[in-house]
Amino acid sequence: MAQDAPQQYEKYYVPEQSVWPIVGAIALFLIAVGAGNYVVEVSKDKSGYGAYVLIAGLITLLVMVVGWFKNQIDESMSGLYSAQLGRSYRQGMAWFIFSEVMFFAAFFGALFYARVIAVPWLGGASNNAMTNEVLWPGFEAMWPLVSTPGGTETQAMGWLGLPLYNTIILLVSSVTLHYAHVGLEENKRKQLTWMLGLTILLGCIFLGLQGYEYVHAYRDLGLTLQSGIYGNTFFLLTGFHGLHVTLGTVILIVLFFRVLKGHFTPKEHFAFQAGAWYWHFVDVVWVMLFFFVYIL
Amino acid sequence: MSTATDTVNTNPDSHGHDSHDDHHHHIPKGLMRWVLTTNHKDIGTLYLWFAFIMFLVGGAMAMVIRAELFQPGLQIVEPNFFNQMTTVHGLIMVFGAVMPAFTGLANWLIPMMIGAPDMALPRMNNWSFWILPFAFLILLSSLFVEGGGPAFGWTFYAPLSTTYSGDSTALFVFSVHIMGISSIMGAINVIVTIFNMRAPGMTYMKMPLFVWTWLITAFLLIAVMPVLAGVVTMVLTDKYFGTSFFDAAGGGDPVLFQHIFWFFGHPEVYIMILPAFGIISQIVPTFSRKKLFGYASMVYATASIALLSFIVWAHHMFTTGMPVFAEMFFMIATMIIAVPTGVKVFNWVATMWRGSISFEIPMLFAIAFIILFTIGGLSGLMLAITPVDFQYHDTYFVVAHFHYVLVTGAVFSIMAAVYYWLPKWTGRMFDITLAKWHFWCSLISVNVLFFPMHFVGLAGMPRRIPDYALQFADFNKWISVGGFAFGLSQLIFLALVIKACRKKGEKVSSQVWEGAEGLEWEIPSPAPYHTFDTPPTVK
Ligand code: HEM
Ligand SMILES: [Cu+2]
Repeated sequence: MAQDAPQQYEKYYVPEQSVWPIVGAIALFLIAVGAGNYVVEVSKDKSGYGAYVLIAGLITLLVMVVGWFKNQIDESMSGLYSAQLGRSYRQGMAWFIFSEVMFFAAFFGALFYARVIAVPWLGGASNNAMTNEVLWPGFEAMWPLVSTPGGTETQAMGWLGLPLYNTIILLVSSVTLHYAHVGLEENKRKQLTWMLGLTILLGCIFLGLQGYEYVHAYRDLGLTLQSGIYGNTFFLLTGFHGLHVTLGTVILIVLFFRVLKGHFTPKEHFAFQAGAWYWHFVDVVWVMLFFFVYIL
Repeated sequence: MSTATDTVNTNPDSHGHDSHDDHHHHIPKGLMRWVLTTNHKDIGTLYLWFAFIMFLVGGAMAMVIRAELFQPGLQIVEPNFFNQMTTVHGLIMVFGAVMPAFTGLANWLIPMMIGAPDMALPRMNNWSFWILPFAFLILLSSLFVEGGGPAFGWTFYAPLSTTYSGDSTALFVFSVHIMGISSIMGAINVIVTIFNMRAPGMTYMKMPLFVWTWLITAFLLIAVMPVLAGVVTMVLTDKYFGTSFFDAAGGGDPVLFQHIFWFFGHPEVYIMILPAFGIISQIVPTFSRKKLFGYASMVYATASIALLSFIVWAHHMFTTGMPVFAEMFFMIATMIIAVPTGVKVFNWVATMWRGSISFEIPMLFAIAFIILFTIGGLSGLMLAITPVDFQYHDTYFVVAHFHYVLVTGAVFSIMAAVYYWLPKWTGRMFDITLAKWHFWCSLISVNVLFFPMHFVGLAGMPRRIPDYALQFADFNKWISVGGFAFGLSQLIFLALVIKACRKKGEKVSSQVWEGAEGLEWEIPSPAPYHTFDTPPTVK
């Protein structure tokens, strides 16, 4: 069917009108307005409607995602798609992941700058002896920055123990997901189901342990979001990573139910592939994190 | 073999859509056509109108700025309001006018130029657009928040945007976030369309330059918009959650803000000029009746400009006290960009050389672009010289520079594009007399407006200040006069476009311009709602 090129082009599926994009735009609008107000209300300790708008926006977004995806799944199950459309989706997903890489790059950049430039300069390195002498007398550059120029004290998070276990867990989860994919491609549905289920389980364990680590940081180490650039980069990098793992896990759970319903064929499984790519990407980010945030 | 009509009949009547007897050339009606559309031409039109409205809104703010600066002393508005005007003017023009206008052109033109039935991801395309009006609604309404809107400049340097900013900052941050989402999705759509939807035979090196420049622009967008998202997030957490990315007391550094911002910001200025290069490269050959000189070198020049744009960002930060090595590095890297840029200007001129040139409206704008953009590029080179920039930085000289590249560069190219393709979109020739008035009024006033800024800048007048020393009074009077005149001239353009949309004017042929080449000139004018359901074969 889709073998010879001209036909393949003719089959490109251009969807008719759809309500979901505008629902999505309204959702983002509500989220932005809600979050923009809520943040201010919390910081000023006053009451307001921000939180409600934010929640309304999140619910709208959820409705949009469910509706849009249901639409897509129906279309794909009724064979409207072509190989070319599949390529569009795959490429779209790949570029989306690239944009995510650049988002993390901004925070890694901040981490490197702080470590290699900002903190040493505050300590008098390069030609900044007077900065140190006059503005921050007595401050000594170090990393992790457990004692800030402003005088906040904290403790560093080690890499042995929890973070190491978490690294192993995530790495294993990438392997199990790979075998789930292999199972799908070789039409071994049982392997697919089990391996996918195992991956989800590992993802949940990771998130649980990460939550525990945050409690440990706040309660035992005094390492908080407010404790200077070390805590800032630590929490924002691991926090955004955690959000991505959460999202990835949700995606995998959705895929799991679709697998149970018998969706996906050895040849056509864009959604599965996209979810898998996303998961591997999140995994790679973690390896970078583990290396640069925890070990070094 | 399935025919084009078959393709359409496969549309999901059976999937709970509100489908009727959709058939191929049925165009939905009413408001909902625009809200729900997945058609690249509709979405292109939406983007272009949105950009035009934002251009007028941002322009109105510029009028406030120029009214205040008409005379020295504080005259009309409060300093804080003045700062809000400069800030929001910049944000609107960059993110609300220039970028959406280019995206609108991309939507209209790329599928037609490469022989594709639509953009690769049509629903996402609609989503990208409809985010924008909401994002700017938030930004504009933040002006009415207690304490005023964002007043820290479009570059929102910390600590102005953290320690010293008002409550509207959170709204600003989130509106930038959703604008970024919109741009990234738009860019993904462009890239995938170009990679995956070209008609058989449309090889990469046969693609029109507008398509090439947009491909590279889209790559830049995906690479740097997330970085902007990252830096606004840090501003948010610094201001509201007690982090200290940009606060030395916690081990951070305000200069870190500038590094991250300009890592986004410099590629961003190329995002606003590369599609312009593409447009000029389409128009100049048509009206010179010659092939573009040095097609391949144009492609390579565009790619090298884009790559170099990642390693020059700190030319905006020469006065922050970077180590000498860094100052040298960024100076030299910046100057190297002038080489591929020069290649482009050379090629345009060489295309015109010995051509049979005729001066239709798009060509007038294109020629104005080439000359005036070059002036802007040259002042950029002056700014790139580190020791010289120590004097020029944050003066009106910088304002002159970026308005020459952005107004007489990007904006003129957009106008050239509208005049060039408008007959294709509406099927009618626009009012040429009005267009000539628009061109000449704009050309003269824009130079009265921006050229003297070089002089007051060199003499030391700082930017973003509502008052100035008496010796700058005469020049500023003329600058303001030029400003008002330029603002008014755009109303001519508005009248012209409205007239064109109401289908006044003579019918045009499919080719429209004698000498125009490319797939978009082979389909009828006005371009039918759906084009290239069956891809053409490109030889
Ligand atoms: C030959 C090419 C160019 C060179 C060498 C160049 C160089 C520079 C330098 C050194 C500055 C910083 C001046 C200062 O703040 O002291 C600057 C500012 C600026 N340039 Fe360019 N530039 C070039 C082309 C462009 C283009 C093509 C655009 C946009 C289309 C552009 C837009 C801007 C903007 C918006 C600013 C000011 C940003 C701000 O501080 O608000 N430049 N340019
Ligand atoms: Cu720059």
